[in-house]
Amino acid sequence: MGHTPYDEMHAADGRVREHYRAFASWLAKTPVEHVAQKRAEADTLFHRVGITFAVYGEEAGTERLIPFDIVPRIIPAQEWRHLADGLKQRVRALNAFIADIYHDQEILRAGRIPSEQVLCNGQYRPEMQGIDVPGSIYAHIAGIDVVRAGAGEFYVLEDNLRVPSGVSYMLEDRRMMMRLFPELFARHSIAPVEHYPDLLLENLRSVAPSGANDPTVVLLTPGAYNSAYFEHAFLAQQMGIELVEGQDLFVEGEFVYMRTTRGPQRVDVIYRRIDDDFLDPLVFRPDSMLGVPGLLASYRAGRVTIANAIGTGVADDKSIYPYVPEMIRFYLGEAPLLANVPTYVLRRKEDLSYTLANLHELVVKEVHGAGGYGMLIGPTATRGEIEAFRDRILRAPEKYIAQPTLALSACPTFVESGVAPRHIDLRPFVLSGRDVTLVPGGLTRVALHEGSLVVNSSQGGGTKDTWVLEA
Amino acid sequence: MLSRTADHLYWMARYIERAENLARMLEVNYRMSLLPQGPEIVQQSWTATLAIIGLLDAFKQRYDAMTPANAIAFLVFDRDNPMSIHSCVRAARENARAVRGTLTSEIWETLNGTWLEMRLASTRATSDAEVGNFFEWVKHRSHLARGVIQGTMLRDEAWHFTWLGTYLERSDSTARILDVKYHLLLPRGEKAGGATDYYQWSALLHSISAFEIYRRVYRDLITPRRVAELFVLRDDMPRSLRRCMSQTYTHLCALRNAHSAETERRAGELQASLHYGRIEDIFDMGLHEYLMQFLGRTRDLGERVSRDFLVSATD
Repeated sequence: MGHTPYDEMHAADGRVREHYRAFASWLAKTPVEHVAQKRAEADTLFHRVGITFAVYGEEAGTERLIPFDIVPRIIPAQEWRHLADGLKQRVRALNAFIADIYHDQEILRAGRIPSEQVLCNGQYRPEMQGIDVPGSIYAHIAGIDVVRAGAGEFYVLEDNLRVPSGVSYMLEDRRMMMRLFPELFARHSIAPVEHYPDLLLENLRSVAPSGANDPTVVLLTPGAYNSAYFEHAFLAQQMGIELVEGQDLFVEGEFVYMRTTRGPQRVDVIYRRIDDDFLDPLVFRPDSMLGVPGLLASYRAGRVTIANAIGTGVADDKSIYPYVPEMIRFYLGEAPLLANVPTYVLRRKEDLSYTLANLHELVVKEVHGAGGYGMLIGPTATRGEIEAFRDRILRAPEKYIAQPTLALSACPTFVESGVAPRHIDLRPFVLSGRDVTLVPGGLTRVALHEGSLVVNSSQGGGTKDTWVLEA
Repeated sequence: MLSRTADHLYWMARYIERAENLARMLEVNYRMSLLPQGPEIVQQSWTATLAIIGLLDAFKQRYDAMTPANAIAFLVFDRDNPMSIHSCVRAARENARAVRGTLTSEIWETLNGTWLEMRLASTRATSDAEVGNFFEWVKHRSHLARGVIQGTMLRDEAWHFTWLGTYLERSDSTARILDVKYHLLLPRGEKAGGATDYYQWSALLHSISAFEIYRRVYRDLITPRRVAELFVLRDDMPRSLRRCMSQTYTHLCALRNAHSAETERRAGELQASLHYGRIEDIFDMGLHEYLMQFLGRTRDLGERVSRDFLVSATD
C-alpha cells in the first residue's frame, strides 16, 4: 500500500481518467461564479428541505447540515460490477454466519473461528438461539464501507449490519445534483438510484411472517431528536409506511399492534432504527422508553419480523471482521472477491506486540466503537496521544484491533481554496430478502479537512453524489 | 392512522391558525393605536387583548408598562411566552417535523421555511413599518400553508384531522376577537358614528378579513348588530362561528370511530343552534354570555376529540 493516494479523477501522469472526461470538460467550461451560485443554492435547498442531522453533545435540538460537495464520485460500469458481486457475496456469507451461530454453530465446531470470540462477545444474543427467522435472513439491510487504496484496489473497511444509516443522503444528493445540474445528466448515462425505497419495501414485505398475506410494515424510530430522524421520516414517507415510536406499538396475545385513530392495527414487519438494547424493556434495558414491552416474545413466537434481526451486531463487530473471508470460503465455497484490510487482533499476543512496536504507523480502533470516535490514527497523532493510547491498549488489549494506515483514494472536492483532492469512502446498501440486491452506487463520504482520513459526518465529513456509469 | 400522528397534525393546524389569528388581533390593535386617541384608550385596548387570550397576568409579571411596544414584544417575539407568534410558529414546525413522513414535502418545506424566516425576523429591530409588514407576512405564510395543504394533501384521515384543528382553533379565535372588541367599542358606538368609531368598527371587520364582505352583504352603514351577525351566524362567511362549526361537524363525521358518537352529537347540536339561531335571541341573552357559553362548548369539543381519537385508542 503506497503513500501517494489513488486519485479518482486523474491518472498518475496527470491525465483525466476516461470516465471523468465528460465531467472535467464541463467543469472547465463552466464559469466559476455559476458553480459558486449553484453551491449556495444547494445549501439553501438542503436547509429548507430540512435535510439535517442532530448533533449529540450540543444544545438540544441543534440541527446541522452535512456539507454537500458538487463534484460527483464516478465509478465506471466494469468496476461497479466487480464491486457489486463482491458485496453480494459478502452479505450472503454474513447472513449464513449469523444463522449458523444462532443454530448449529458449524463454523465454530469446524474451528474456523474461535468459539469464545463469538459466544463471549457482548453483541452475541443468547435470546436468539434456536429462533427461526423468515428466509434465514438476519441482516436485511447492510451498509458495507468500502475504500480504495494503493493502486486503486477496493477493500472492505467495515460491515454495518445493525442499523446502517446514510441512504437518505445518497437519494437526496442525487436529487440535488439533478436539480442543480440537469445538463450533466444529459451528457452521462448514470444508473438510477431513485428506486431504492421501492426495493426496500419489497424486500421488507418479502420477509413477513408466514400467514401475513398483505403485510403491514412500519418504521420504528427513537423519535424526532435522534440524529438520523430525517432519514427515518424520509424513508417512511418514500415507502408510504407509518413512522412509529415505541409508544405507538403494543403487544397483545403475541401479536404486535399499533394504536390508530380507529383502534389497534396488526403490524407484521418492523423496520427498526433502534439498537437491540432498547427494543424491549422486559428483556434488554429496563429503562428504555423507546421500545415495546413484550416485543421479543412476539418475535420469538414468529408473529412479527424485525429488520434487521436482533443479534446481528456480533457479525459486524471489529473483532469478527478479520474472519469474514473465512466465512465466504466456509459457507459459499468461494474465494472472496473483495479484500479485507489486513487486521491485527490485539487479543493475539503476536499481533499485540507488533502493534505496540508500530503504533505510529497504524490505525487502532475500538472493537465496539462507531462513528469515528475512540480511534488512534498513528501517523497524524502526537507522541503524547500515542503514549496515552498505548496505556489504554495495555489495560484491555482485547478491546482493540489495528490496521495499517490506508492511503484512501482522493477525489477532487470544492474547498475554500478551490478544487483540491480529499479522501473518500463509499457505503453501498445491500438488501437481502428473497434475493440479494443493491442499487448502483451508495453514499460517498468525503473528509473535508486537508489530509484527514475521517469521513464521519460527526467529525466534519461531507457527502458527494455517486455515479455508476451504465456503459 | 396512528393516534400520535393525528395528534401532531391536529396541533400543527391549530398552531398555524393560532399564529395567524394572533397576528390579526395584533394588527388591528396596532392600527387602532395609531389613531388619534388618548393613551388610556390604547392601554385599555391592549389590556383587553391580553385578557382574552388569558395572558394578562403573565404579561404583568414580565413587563412594567402597558405600551404597544411591550405588548408586541411579548406577543410576537417573546420565546418564553408559549403563546407568542414566535412560539406558535415553532410549535407548528415541531409538530410537522414529528410527522413529516405523513406530510407532503411541500407542506413540510413551507412550515420549515416559515420557521427559518421567523428566526431571522426575531433578530431584526422592528420599526413601525416593519411591524405592519410582519403581521402581513404571518398571514401570508398561514395562507400559504393552508393553500399547500389544500393543494397537495391526500383526502384521507390526515386531511380531516388537519382541518378539524384549523376550524376548532378558528372558531375559538373569532369568538374571542368579537367578545373583546365588541365590549370595548359598544358604549362609544351607541353614542355617535364619529370617524374614530368608524375606523374602529372597520378595523374589527378587517381583523377577520370581513370588511369587504360586510359591504357586499349589507350595502349599508356598519352597525354593531350586523357585525355580530356576520361574525356569528353567516354560513357564507369563512371565519364565522357558524361556518367553523359546520366544517368541524363535517370533518368529525368523516373521522367517525367507535367512540366518537357523543362528540359528533354535541358538534351537530352546536352546529344546528348556529344554523337556526337568530341574532335577536343572542342579543336577548347577552352577546358576552352567549360567546362565553360558545367557548365553553368548543373547549368541550376539543377535549372530546383528544379523548376519542388522539390519546391511545387501544381498545
